[in-house]
Order: sequence, then structure tokens, then C-alpha cells
Amino acid sequence: MIAEGPTVTIDKPTIEQDTRTKEDVDLPWQVVVHNDPVNLMTYVTMVFQRVFGYPRTKAEKHMLEVHQQGRSILWSGVRERAELYVQQLHGYLLLATIEKTN
Amino acid sequence: MNVRRREDGLEFFEVDPFLAELLRQIPESANVDDAPKAKARLFSAPADESEPELRKEWKEYIEPELQRLFRSSSETVALDLKQLCGKERSFANRTLRIPNEHADAWLNALNQARLAIAARNDFTEGELGDCYRSPIGSRRDLSLFQVNFYGFLQEVILRELCGCGDNGADQ
Repeated sequence: MIAEGPTVTIDKPTIEQDTRTKEDVDLPWQVVVHNDPVNLMTYVTMVFQRVFGYPRTKAEKHMLEVHQQGRSILWSGVRERAELYVQQLHGYLLLATIEKTN
Repeated sequence: MNVRRREDGLEFFEVDPFLAELLRQIPESANVDDAPKAKARLFSAPADESEPELRKEWKEYIEPELQRLFRSSSETVALDLKQLCGKERSFANRTLRIPNEHADAWLNALNQARLAIAARNDFTEGELGDCYRSPIGSRRDLSLFQVNFYGFLQEVILRELCGCGDNGADQ
């Protein structure tokens, strides 16, 4: 026998929609560092070595590219990792963005 | 001011009262609470406007982490700077020791201060490259000197504590 109690109405559950499409997640993304006249060349080179584990010559090449061309693509690959790199670069106060690879 | 490498860090000695005062101003200069331009530079966008979702999430989750990191660096530097607040005569030269393990905090706080001062003053690239301008003249000249002096300190720390080369110029 089931005791009668108050009627409970359960709302239809809200299903969270992930706004990122699969394509967004899978597309190769790139980490771009932009020129900034304040940051020192030696400092920027050190940051590239630390964040990406690049040897000094490669880090310097990217640093000079930023300096001379206004930007350099430091890395490309999956979005999550690109976001993590950009976060680390912002921690060092560099101007860095994530972009979809053309 | 002279610099001496020690086993446990770096020692700046014979720091005159003027440079000591500039050093004491690092944490204050790095504070961007009341300076929207400087704040925008320290907390720049992670993507262009075609990525509104990412920018929104960044503001919500990443910026507070960056704020904590920047504050922690400034606090470490402020503690080291207490060495410059002794009870000796105010015009006496001072000594400042930076322990090896504080090198990253110093680089970060100096960078915060340089970027914030440059953003507050809207310095042009030409001005930033002018290392020989006298600090005596205007508040702007003094601020430019401050940016260059902090840059010099960064170079010394990079060379002496981080083993990085010395090629001086800005990026």
C-alpha cells in the first residue's frame, strides 16, 4: 500500500548546451605573440624558452620575428593546450592571443 | 649603485636615496586598481572579438588567477624592499639583497611596474628607446627614467640569476 502524500512536480531538467562545436575544438589553433615596445628582448627570449621549452636560438628567432614583424606564431595544435600556453604567456605579461589556424 | 653576485642571490649596494626611493615605488607602480589603461595592458584579451565566449570565460576564470600571481610577486618584492626602510639617516646609501628564489617575483613585479607606467603615460616607442633622457624636468621624464631603471634591474637579474644573455634593447 502506498501512502498518499503531497503531489510533487518535477521540472523538466535543463540540459546545458556546450557552445563550442566539435569543429571548434578540433581545428588547429595557434598561439600568437604580439609586439610590445616595453618588454625586454632578453626577457621575451627567456619566456619562450621556459614556456615552450625551445632552445635559445629558436626562442631568439621568434623574439626577433615579434620585434621585426609585429607578431610570431609560437605554437599550433589543439585548443586546450593553446589556451594554456596563452595563460602562461599572460602570466609573464606578454601580449599573446589564440587564433584559429587559416 | 653597485651590484655584486652572491651565492644566495644578488646584492645591490651603495644604493643612493633617489634610486632607493624608485625601488620602493615598484609595488605601488605595479598597482593598477585606479588606472584602467594600465589594467587593460596587464590583463589583455586572450583572443580577438571573434571569440566572445573565450574572452568571457577568461575574465571569469583566468583573470583572477593572474591577479593572484601578480599580487603575490608584488608582495614578495615589497617584503624584500623593507631592507630599504631602515632607521639610518634618510640620505644614507642602502643595500638591497635579492635571494635567488625571489628572482621570478622580481622579474614579474618589475615588468608589471614598467608596463603600468608606460600605459599610464602613453609612452611612444621613440620615448621608450631614449635611455639618456634626464629624469629631472617633468613628472613624465621621471616616469620614463623609472621604466628604464626597472628595465636595467630586469637585465641584471636575468643575467645574474637566470643565466640569460645581455642584449639590452627592448623587444
